[in-house]
Amino acid sequence: MAASNADTPLVTSAAPAEAGGAQRGAPRSGRVQRLKGPDRLVVLTMVMVPLVLVLGLVWLPALSTVALSFTNWDGIGGLGTIKWIGLTNYENVVTIYPPFWPALRNNLLFLGVLFLIATPLGIFLAVLLDKDLRGSRIYQTPLYMPVVLSLALVGFIWQLQFSRDFGLVNAMLQAVGQQDAASPVDWYGDPNINIWAVLIASSWRHVGYIMLLYLAGLKGVDPSLREAASMDGANEVKTFFRIVFPVLRPINIIIIVITVIEALRAYDLVWVINKGRNGLELIGALVAQNVIGEASRIGFGSALATIMLVISLVFVIFYLSTVMREEER
Amino acid sequence: MTAATTQAAPTLAVPQNRRKPRPSRIALHSFLVVIALGWLFPLAWAVINAFRDYAFTSENGYVSWGGFTLTNFTAAWERANFTQHFLNSVYVTVPAVFLTLLLASGVAFVIARFTWRFNLVLLGLFTAANLLPQQSLLIPLYRLSILTPLPEFMSDSELFYDSYWVLILVNTAFQTGFCTFVLSNYMKTLPKELYEAAMVDGASVWRQYWQLTLPLCRPPLAALATLEVTWIYNEFFWATTLMRTGDKFPVTSALSNLKGEFFSDLNLLAAGSIIVAIPTLLIFFVLQKQFVAGLTMGANKG
Repeated sequence: MAASNADTPLVTSAAPAEAGGAQRGAPRSGRVQRLKGPDRLVVLTMVMVPLVLVLGLVWLPALSTVALSFTNWDGIGGLGTIKWIGLTNYENVVTIYPPFWPALRNNLLFLGVLFLIATPLGIFLAVLLDKDLRGSRIYQTPLYMPVVLSLALVGFIWQLQFSRDFGLVNAMLQAVGQQDAASPVDWYGDPNINIWAVLIASSWRHVGYIMLLYLAGLKGVDPSLREAASMDGANEVKTFFRIVFPVLRPINIIIIVITVIEALRAYDLVWVINKGRNGLELIGALVAQNVIGEASRIGFGSALATIMLVISLVFVIFYLSTVMREEER
Repeated sequence: MTAATTQAAPTLAVPQNRRKPRPSRIALHSFLVVIALGWLFPLAWAVINAFRDYAFTSENGYVSWGGFTLTNFTAAWERANFTQHFLNSVYVTVPAVFLTLLLASGVAFVIARFTWRFNLVLLGLFTAANLLPQQSLLIPLYRLSILTPLPEFMSDSELFYDSYWVLILVNTAFQTGFCTFVLSNYMKTLPKELYEAAMVDGASVWRQYWQLTLPLCRPPLAALATLEVTWIYNEFFWATTLMRTGDKFPVTSALSNLKGEFFSDLNLLAAGSIIVAIPTLLIFFVLQKQFVAGLTMGANKG
């Protein structure tokens, strides 16, 4: 998730299979309370140092964002000048801030395209590549090569396709007579279509990511399940939807969460193209625009950021509760 | 994990496969060839045009052949000041990855090894931290970094803001969650008997961690190191928001400045992009197994 982020580092599901069962009942060998002296100190340090870092640089800022969203702080005066203004920032966001609705629409479009097109395509390709296929690895390689590239770089690589004057897409369209050379399309610049260019570039990377994760999941499915299904006369499609897909519930959840969070965090690509303006508004980019540089509408930006936080927390909690349930088992 | 991956190849298709290919197989292969080539194309196009002369392509158009040269790479390297930016990436990535793995393995060890009331809470706090949108932490972190002074020998801005330190620590805080999660899952699979034996020998907790657990965790540590190097090298958001001085930008975030620099010379832009992609592509080709293992670790529980 991070990677650049936008990378979504949450790919693991629960503990490897052997771990779960064995631990239940049999108490693990140590209890913190029984440790003494140096051992106790070592354990405390191992927990406290990372904990302070994560609380201080992740959770505390997240909570502060929520708190600041109810204030009118401009960031100039000291903390003492902060005034509580209730929900005014939220009201302003939805009523008098023109980029908000386009941004929300674009984020939803992102989610829609990733969820309905890119993610299913990645799953479909994983299923195809999971068959006992000659050269499967050769097919896989180009598909997940984009996964190691940053989204910023993806934006640049696709600029060679989408550039108005020098891009391949326009050259091809003109070659087949679908476009007048005098009025080329500016794929990254035209506010009516540039979000689609961004979506294509994003999907290029997302499909490979999903394919990779799903393929690993498929490899872990017990082959005897499929054998049993085929003996019962189920065809491949049926076997997948009735047997394989339900068995892969943990990975399905991971993929849903990754897709949602990628769509919500989307930032890098639009930032390298035009800093998230002119058709490429995204909530993430609006947050940055409101607080970086001269603009310092802290309270207002925080309201936007809190909206993102709340949406993501819904999915994070959903994800955690699934993972933790696996953990308990 | 990888062992399990290879062993589970589906058994059904094998017998028929030995006979002559069926039409459905041919269709499948054709489809995959088309998709694979389509996926390869944008990158291949960038590589090809990075090697072509601007004068040639502006005269003959990009849909042409010829004009091959290496000068784009040298020009891009100099104009974008890549030497400095790559160094910046090293200054940020190496300490951040090291610190992330050190801190995460410590917490993971405690979570996996000890029964503790707060185990689940701790794991939840760490894992979830990694999933929050960075933008929702930006405002307080940005303000905090501007208000925190650092001595001049640590940061020439004399602030936490616009220093390598802020990127190292913020990346570490953000990535520790994911690594803790993967490592603690792995550590829970280590046999308990090992620790019982170590306790009989009177090994301290530190020795159990440093000399027993960490060496056994080489596979996940290698996989995570590969993954984290890629992610932190690719990191864009924190670098563009918490840094100001162009010369201090790591290479990925320096890209956004390149755009003006390379304006309409797409060949130069392609060369610059390929230069930036090379480290991660090397990782992809050389350490592919580690990278994939890191991403999918635990995901194939099924």
